[in-house]
Amino acid sequence: MKLSGAEIVWECLLREGVDLVFGYPGGAILPIYDALTRYPQIRHVLPRHEQGGTHMAEGYARATGKVGVMLATSGPGATNLVTGLANAMMDSSPLVAITGQVPLPAIGTDAFQETDVTGCTLPVTKHSYLVTRTEDIAYSIREAFYIARTGRPGPVLVDIPKDVQNRVIEFHYPEGELRLPGYNVPGKAHPKEIEAALDLIHSAKRPLILAGHGVLMSGAMEEIRNFAEITQTPVALTLLGKGSFPENHPLCVGMMGMHGTAAANQAIQQADLLLAFGMRFDDRVTGNLKTYSPDSKKIHVEIDPSEINKNVKVDVGICGDLKMVVRQLLPKLQTGQHQEWIGQIRDWEEDTSERDILLQLAAHPDGKLWAAQVIAELFRCTEGKALTVSDVGQHQMLEAQYYPHTRPHSLLTSGGLGTMGFGMPAAIGAKLGRPEEEVWAIVGDGGFQMTLTELGTAMQENVGIHIAIINNSYLGMVRQWQEFFYEERYQSTPLKNPDFVKLAEAYDIPARRVSTKEEIEEAVAWARSIDGPTLIEFVVVQNDIVYPMVPAGADLHAMIRRPKPSESPDFENNPTAI
Amino acid sequence: MKHTLICLVENKPGVLNRVVSMFRRRNFNMDSLTVGRTHNPDISRITIVMEGEAGDGKKVVMTLYKLIDVIEVQDVTNIPTINRDLALVKVRTPDAYARNAVTDLCYERGAHLVDIGPEVTIVELAGAEESVESFVDALHQFEIVEMVRTGRVSMGRGIRTMEQRDYKSTRFPTYTPSMNGGSAEHDDE
Ligand SMILES: Cc1ncc(C[n+]2csc(CCOP(=O)(O)OP(=O)(O)O)c2C)c(N)n1
Ligand SMILES: [Mg+2]
Repeated sequence: MKLSGAEIVWECLLREGVDLVFGYPGGAILPIYDALTRYPQIRHVLPRHEQGGTHMAEGYARATGKVGVMLATSGPGATNLVTGLANAMMDSSPLVAITGQVPLPAIGTDAFQETDVTGCTLPVTKHSYLVTRTEDIAYSIREAFYIARTGRPGPVLVDIPKDVQNRVIEFHYPEGELRLPGYNVPGKAHPKEIEAALDLIHSAKRPLILAGHGVLMSGAMEEIRNFAEITQTPVALTLLGKGSFPENHPLCVGMMGMHGTAAANQAIQQADLLLAFGMRFDDRVTGNLKTYSPDSKKIHVEIDPSEINKNVKVDVGICGDLKMVVRQLLPKLQTGQHQEWIGQIRDWEEDTSERDILLQLAAHPDGKLWAAQVIAELFRCTEGKALTVSDVGQHQMLEAQYYPHTRPHSLLTSGGLGTMGFGMPAAIGAKLGRPEEEVWAIVGDGGFQMTLTELGTAMQENVGIHIAIINNSYLGMVRQWQEFFYEERYQSTPLKNPDFVKLAEAYDIPARRVSTKEEIEEAVAWARSIDGPTLIEFVVVQNDIVYPMVPAGADLHAMIRRPKPSESPDFENNPTAI
Repeated sequence: MKHTLICLVENKPGVLNRVVSMFRRRNFNMDSLTVGRTHNPDISRITIVMEGEAGDGKKVVMTLYKLIDVIEVQDVTNIPTINRDLALVKVRTPDAYARNAVTDLCYERGAHLVDIGPEVTIVELAGAEESVESFVDALHQFEIVEMVRTGRVSMGRGIRTMEQRDYKSTRFPTYTPSMNGGSAEHDDE
């Protein structure tokens, strides 16, 4: 069969099972776009900016478990991918980005719209290809998909010069094994490693599981649950680990880290065994490494060997696929009882709930709308069954605290890179991948405006996401740092915002504004009744604080807590003051 | 301390860039780097000497394994190896006296005179770094006008070679758990 390089690209995508791609055309990728007219079975979604497109592809990938695909032209199209690729790299999301490049003879001449995109993206991709022969396109794309989705997943970029796209060759799809001598996908653990882990597990008195994104990616949810129940080990979650273990499970102690639950952080500090499953001891979850969980033995099961002993030295490091490794452990586990330990954690949890802003507001209503109330109401009105996609900031942490997740892959958020502007486009991608889900994009007024152009995409493709803007007229999280650590000098954090309702209406997206708690239920019901995108702006208190907070680099147990009513002298008059 | 790493990589464009970029990105300090072919035309071999703390060798090895084109990495710092460094030194030899003196020195040290001109002489020494070092010191009695060194290349002693394991899927190396069960050390920087 005689095919052009451009047609070969689509042939290969079809063979990878791709039926939806995101992309933005331009000169150097026009042959691929023209060839797309001959592949009507593939749906193409046009974002309004390539960054938005990469976030959509990532949202799609994380919601479906498939590889997300993003196309872009050379030069500015390709450089606009960088943030999205970096985000996918940090959160280990499988993406394949295909970029057009100037024709081979023009490479290196500073030709119009030439950028060294494989160079620009080198540190933010798992791997990349500059394809110099039409014959190599199929191999490169096959490898790209394989590398993107296996091992520790990540983004792979394939850069294809225009003349390579245009050349017509006799095409045979390369079947057979890929030749990647330097690439190995870790699997099971060595029996000695299992023995060593079991020794620690069975002698622990205060064990704690730290469940991360790896649990979801290796599909080890059931195994972890069985492990926890057999050994009666409590489970703390990373932000990206949410959904890997049901948060309504009695053994779940909630999220760990900077804005985690006090109980989870205290448990980490007091544990005598940490079982780190598919997580990487990011500084946002460890705080000060010198004082991190000082009395515990540590078992780390992780697919990326470079993560083992990188930040935290461990006693047993197992490089492997989490699901396989836990399956090796399960039949050898002895049932455990840790009543004292679990009782201790319960006490910490009670102490936490006493400080809860919702309880304090319930006892002393102030008539204002607080962001935590919005999230809690959203949880109630959606019966906790929505797929939520949060942006970055206070609302993201409040989502994590007040929208408990019980299903895998029901929260998507930018964890490792903390990319403002991720939320809304990622929600579009998630909804396109899982149309049966009720998808809520929970975004801040700041972050929303970084990628709000994608309202156009939601409109054009009629993607039925619900956008909840938590509008505090501030870059709230930065404002919080300024309040705590910069003596309340609010430099460059107040926002003068557009009328978000009118803005949505300009895009033909039904929208409402809500400024009291009482209106929430009705507004959410209204949004849910509409087939297509909707937007609700929640006007919330401006000077809110997310508690608890571990200051950057501080000891994990040195949390700044919301005072208990009994400790707050002025509580009657000012119940939510610090 | 200095670490010596040997790295087998696929002989493809851009691979050296990936390796070097990893060192820059992770803030590891490279002392020297040599790269060349092996007897297998598809494989290049890189020797890297880097400055770092005791645990850094392992960290670099693990991070290098993340690169798809890296086939095998070995930290040979603490295993018996043959190390060689090659120096070309151009010294000023304006008269017969100087030329004779350089010739004598080369003979003494096992170095070669590789080019003799009317003004300058080029000498070559390949050897362990210390002998190259002391040879260069001795050459300072003349005027050194130009010098180049390759940096270290290393090869492990004995039958165990790296190439024997090439092109077979090797499992990622993992950490053998400490059998004494002692508590993990914590970073104390
Ligand atoms: C692209 C980007 N720029 C800057 C930041 C730093 N940053 C983190 S949170 C935040 C404030 C976010 O404000 P908003 O979206 O309104 O959310 P809020 O915290 O008010 O809920 C900023 C500026 C970031 N994370 N990402
Ligand atoms: Mg805000």
